[in-house]
Amino acid sequence: MKRGYLLSFFIITIAFIFIGKLFYLQIISNANNQNNLRSSTIKKLFDYPERGYIYDRKGTLLVANKQSYNLMIVPREVAPLDTVEFCKLLKIDKAYFLKRFDKAKKWSRRLPSVFLAHLSKEDYAYLQEKMHKYKGFYIERKLLRNYPINSAANVLGYVNEVNDEVANKNPYYQPGELIGTTGVEKQYESFLRGIKGVKYLQRDRFNKIIGPYKNGIYDTLPVDGKDLTLTLDSELQQYGEALMKGKRGGIVAIEPDSGEILSLITMPNYNPNLMVGRERSKNSVIFFSDTINKPMYDRSLLAQYAPGSPFKIIQGLAGLQEEVITPKTSFRCFHGYKYGAREKEFMGCHCGIFNQPIKLQQGLAKSCNSYFSNVYRRIIEKYPTASEGMNAWSKHIRSFGLGQYLGYDLPQGQKGLIPDAALYNRWYPDGRWRATYTISNAIGQGQILTTPIQLANMTAAVANKGYYYTPHILKATSDKTPIDSAYTTLHSTTINPKHFPPIIEGMHDVFKTGTAKHVRLKDIEICGKTGTAENFKRIDGKKIQFEDHSIFVAFAPKKNPKIALVVYIENGGYGSMIAAPIASLMIERYLTGKTTNKYWENRMLNTSLEAVYEKQLKTIKGESTEE
Amino acid sequence: MRAQRNNIFFGVDFTLVFLYLFLILFGWMNIYAATHSDEAVSLFDFSTKHGKQILWIGLSFLLVIGILFVDSKIFERFSSIIYLISMASLAGLFVFGKKINGATSWYDLGATSLQPSEFAKFATVLALARLLNDKQYDLKLFKNQIKAFFIIFLPAVLITLQPDPGSALIYTAFFFVLYREGLPIYYIAIGGFAILVFILTLAFGFNIVLLSTYTIFSLFILYIIYYRKKSLKFQWMNIMGLYAICGLFIFSVDYVYNNIFEQRHRDRFNILLGKSNDTRGVGYNTNQSVLTIKSGGFSGKGYLQGDRTQGNFVPEQHTDYIFSTIGEEWGFLGTSLLIIVFTFFVLRIIQLAERQKTTFSRVYGYGIAAIFFFHYLINIGMVIGLFPTIGIPLPFFSYGGSGLWGFTILLFIFIKLDASKSYEL
Repeated sequence: MKRGYLLSFFIITIAFIFIGKLFYLQIISNANNQNNLRSSTIKKLFDYPERGYIYDRKGTLLVANKQSYNLMIVPREVAPLDTVEFCKLLKIDKAYFLKRFDKAKKWSRRLPSVFLAHLSKEDYAYLQEKMHKYKGFYIERKLLRNYPINSAANVLGYVNEVNDEVANKNPYYQPGELIGTTGVEKQYESFLRGIKGVKYLQRDRFNKIIGPYKNGIYDTLPVDGKDLTLTLDSELQQYGEALMKGKRGGIVAIEPDSGEILSLITMPNYNPNLMVGRERSKNSVIFFSDTINKPMYDRSLLAQYAPGSPFKIIQGLAGLQEEVITPKTSFRCFHGYKYGAREKEFMGCHCGIFNQPIKLQQGLAKSCNSYFSNVYRRIIEKYPTASEGMNAWSKHIRSFGLGQYLGYDLPQGQKGLIPDAALYNRWYPDGRWRATYTISNAIGQGQILTTPIQLANMTAAVANKGYYYTPHILKATSDKTPIDSAYTTLHSTTINPKHFPPIIEGMHDVFKTGTAKHVRLKDIEICGKTGTAENFKRIDGKKIQFEDHSIFVAFAPKKNPKIALVVYIENGGYGSMIAAPIASLMIERYLTGKTTNKYWENRMLNTSLEAVYEKQLKTIKGESTEE
Repeated sequence: MRAQRNNIFFGVDFTLVFLYLFLILFGWMNIYAATHSDEAVSLFDFSTKHGKQILWIGLSFLLVIGILFVDSKIFERFSSIIYLISMASLAGLFVFGKKINGATSWYDLGATSLQPSEFAKFATVLALARLLNDKQYDLKLFKNQIKAFFIIFLPAVLITLQPDPGSALIYTAFFFVLYREGLPIYYIAIGGFAILVFILTLAFGFNIVLLSTYTIFSLFILYIIYYRKKSLKFQWMNIMGLYAICGLFIFSVDYVYNNIFEQRHRDRFNILLGKSNDTRGVGYNTNQSVLTIKSGGFSGKGYLQGDRTQGNFVPEQHTDYIFSTIGEEWGFLGTSLLIIVFTFFVLRIIQLAERQKTTFSRVYGYGIAAIFFFHYLINIGMVIGLFPTIGIPLPFFSYGGSGLWGFTILLFIFIKLDASKSYEL
C-alpha cells in the first residue's frame, strides 16, 4: 500500500511546480505587460486627415494641399515582368528603368523606395488599373503642402518629416509623419494637423494582416485639420515684399485697435514651394547655408537693433508722464548737447536749430538729440538716486512692450533690451553712475535693443494713445475656436492718454515739415518718425562703421488710426531715403488700395542695395576697398 | 441485482465521468478558439478542425457506450490478443505507414488517418495487468522482471523506430506501476539518478559531473566504513564496478549527446539549458508558446479574444500547444484550474485503483493513471518551457481523433472494471 504513495506524491509535486511556474510567467513577469494594443500581433494603421488650409484676412488662399503620386518599389517583391510594356506605360526607356531599379535595390531590398516621383493625375488614374500586373510596384498617394502665392514664407512656415527625436518626445507622432516646423505651421500645428484616425489590424505570425482587430472596436476616425484665417493682408504683404526687393530688412504692419498683424515681411526670403516634397531637403541645405542673405532668418521677428530716433517718441512721453517737461518746455541745441565738462562729453545733433528754444513738438519733428537728452537726464535726475530714476524710466519704456518677449503667436522671437538700474549696477559695481553715463539711451541708442515687431507694436500703442493688444497672426479658425484671450486683453502703457496729442502732432509734422515731407500723401494724414541706427561691426578688434540702418515708424490716419508699421532697412542710409517712402507707399496701398505716388513707387521697386552689401562683404572679408 | 446489471451506468464512478466531460468540453472550446476563423461557419462543418473534433467527440461517446455494454471480463480474456494485434499494427507501419512530420506513425484511411501508437498504450497496459494478475507473480525475481520489461519495451522500441521517441517516452510511466506491484526501488532510483546525471552532464560538462559524482560516492563509502563500522573488504570489486559503470554512463551521455543525437535534439536541450537563445529558429515554438501564455496575465484576455492565438503565433497550437491557448485566453486562473483538475483526475484514478479487488483492475487503473500523468507532465512541461520539445498530445485537449479515442478507451475500460467490482460480489 505504501508503494502507491510514490506516484501520488510525484503528481502533487509536479502540480505545485507547474502552478508555480505559471504564476511566475503570467503574474510576476507579466506585471508591466498589460497593454494589449501594443502587442506584436496588432498592426496599427493610421488614417491621415487632410491638413488645414490657411487663408489671409480677406479669404485669399495662402496654403493648400496637393496630391502627389509616387510610384514605389519594393525590390524583393518584384516578379519577372514585361519591361518593354512597363517602360512604355511609364514613358521611360529601359536604361532608365534599370538604373532606377539598381538604385532602389542598393538602398534596400525590403523597404519601399520611390521608383518614379510625381506622377501626374492622369498617369496615376491610368497606371492604377495596370499596377496589379507588376508585383513589387505600387503607387503611393501623399498630400503635400502647396502655396498658391509665393509670399509670406516666413509667416506660414513649412512642414517637415518627424524624426526619431521628435517622435520620442511626442507620442502622437511616428517618424516620417509631417509636423509644422516653423511659422504658423508650427504654432498652430495642433489645429492644422487634425487628429489622425487609427485602425488596429490583427496579424498572424507571418505579419500577414488577417482582418480588423476585434472587429474594429478600438478604431477611431480621423478628424480633419482646422482651416485657419490669418490676420495677414496678403496683398499688402506681397506689395511690401515687392518694395523690399534688393534690400535687406523687414516690415511689420499692425492694426492698432486689434493688434492684428497685417504684414510681416523679411527680405531676403524664399519661395515656400521650394520647401515641399522631394526638393525640400536639397533646398533647405541651400537656404540654411546661405549665411550672407540668410533667407531663413526672419528679420522682422529676430533682428535686434538700436531703434534710434523713433525711440524719442516714447522718450518724450515718459518725460511728460514723469512731469519733468510739459509740451511747452523748451531746450536749446548747440549742434549738440554738452552733458559734461570734458571735451568728449558731447552729443552731436543734426536738427540744425542753433541756440533757439525748441519745444517738444518741434524737437520731435526735427529729431533733436539735445532735446531728448535733456528729457532723459531730467527723468533720471528727478529721483534721489540714478538707480531709482533709471527704474522709473525703464518701467515706462517697458510698458510699450519693449525689452521683453511680446507674446505674439509665432514661434520665434527676441527679447530686445531695455536697460534698468540692475544692469548699470553690474557695470559700475560702486553704484556711482549717473544719467550722463547712459545718455545715449535718450536717443534710442546706448544699450537699447528692439526688434522690428516690437517697434511696430510700440507705434500701435502710440497710435492708440496708450494701449495695445499683443500682436497676433491668427484671426479665426474654421470651427470658430475663440482666439486666445491673450490677444484680446488690453495692455495699458504707463502713460496717461492726455500726454499723447503733442507727441502725435510732432509725428505728424515729420510729414508736414520734417524728414518725410517728400513722401507725404494728399488725402491721408500720416504720423511717423524717421530713424537711423549707427551700424558698427567689430572686425579684427577694430570697430568699423558701416552704412547706417534706416528705420521708419508710422501710423495712419492720424485720427482713428488703421495701420501702424515699422520699416527697417539694413544699411539703408538715412531713414528718409528708403524707409520713409516704403512706409508711405504701404500705408496708402493698405488704406486706399491705390498708389498715387508713382514716382516713389518706381524708385523703391528699382532701388537695390546689392552694391552696398557687396562692398560691406568685401570689407568684412578684409579686401578693403581703399586698396 | 439483475435490473442493476442491465443498467450500463450501474456502479460507474461519476466523479471520473464528470471530470472526463469537463476536460473534453473545455478542450473542444480551446480547439475552437485556436482554429476558428472569422468567417461564419457552422459548428458542425466537418471540414473545419473544430467541426471534426465534434465528430470525434460524438464517436467517442459511442465508444463509451460500447465499452460499458460489454462484459468487463472480456478485457482480461482478450488482453493478449489485443496486445498482439496492437504490436502487429505498430510493426505494420514500417510497411504500410504514412509519413507525417518525419515520422511514420500513421495509417492513411482516406478521409482521415489513424495513429496506432495511441492504441498501443491501452494494449500494453492491458497486457501488463494481465501479466501481473497472477497472485504468485513476484517482481523481485529477475525472470519476472524481464517479462514485464519485455511487454513495456516492445512497443516502446517499435515506436522509437518510427521514429517518434516522444511517444515512446510515455512507456517509462509503467515503471511506477511495476514499482507499485513490487519492483525493487533501485530501478526507479537508478532511473532518476540517470536522468539527473544526464541533465547535469549536459548542463555542466563531462569533467565536473564525473568528478563530483565520484566525490559523493567516495564520501558515502567512507561514511559506511567509519560510522556503520562495516567492512567493505569483500566488496571492493563491486565498488570498483560501480565507479566504472558510473563513469561509463557519464561518458556515454557525452558521447550519445554529441554523436548519436541529431542536431535538432541537441538544439532542444540547449535552449532549455539556456545554452542557446535562438528564438527565431529552433526555439521559436517554445518561445512563442511561453510569450503567449505570459500575455494572458492573471485572468486572461477572454474566450476567443486571444490575439496571439488568432494570429497563429504558436505553431501546432491546436494539437501539442493547446495549453498556450488556455494560458492566453483564460490566464492564470484557467491554467491553474486545469492543472488542479488534471491532478484530481489522476489522483482519483489512483484512489479507485487502490480499491480494486483484482490485481488486474488495480494494475490497469494504476497504469492508465501513470499514462495520463506522463502525458500531462511532458506536454505542459514543454509548453511552459520547463522540458525540451517533445511532441506528445495533452489528453482530452489536443486536437485529434486517435488520441481522443485512445484516451477514452483507456479511461472507460477502467471505469467499467471499477463498476463491475460492485456486482461481482
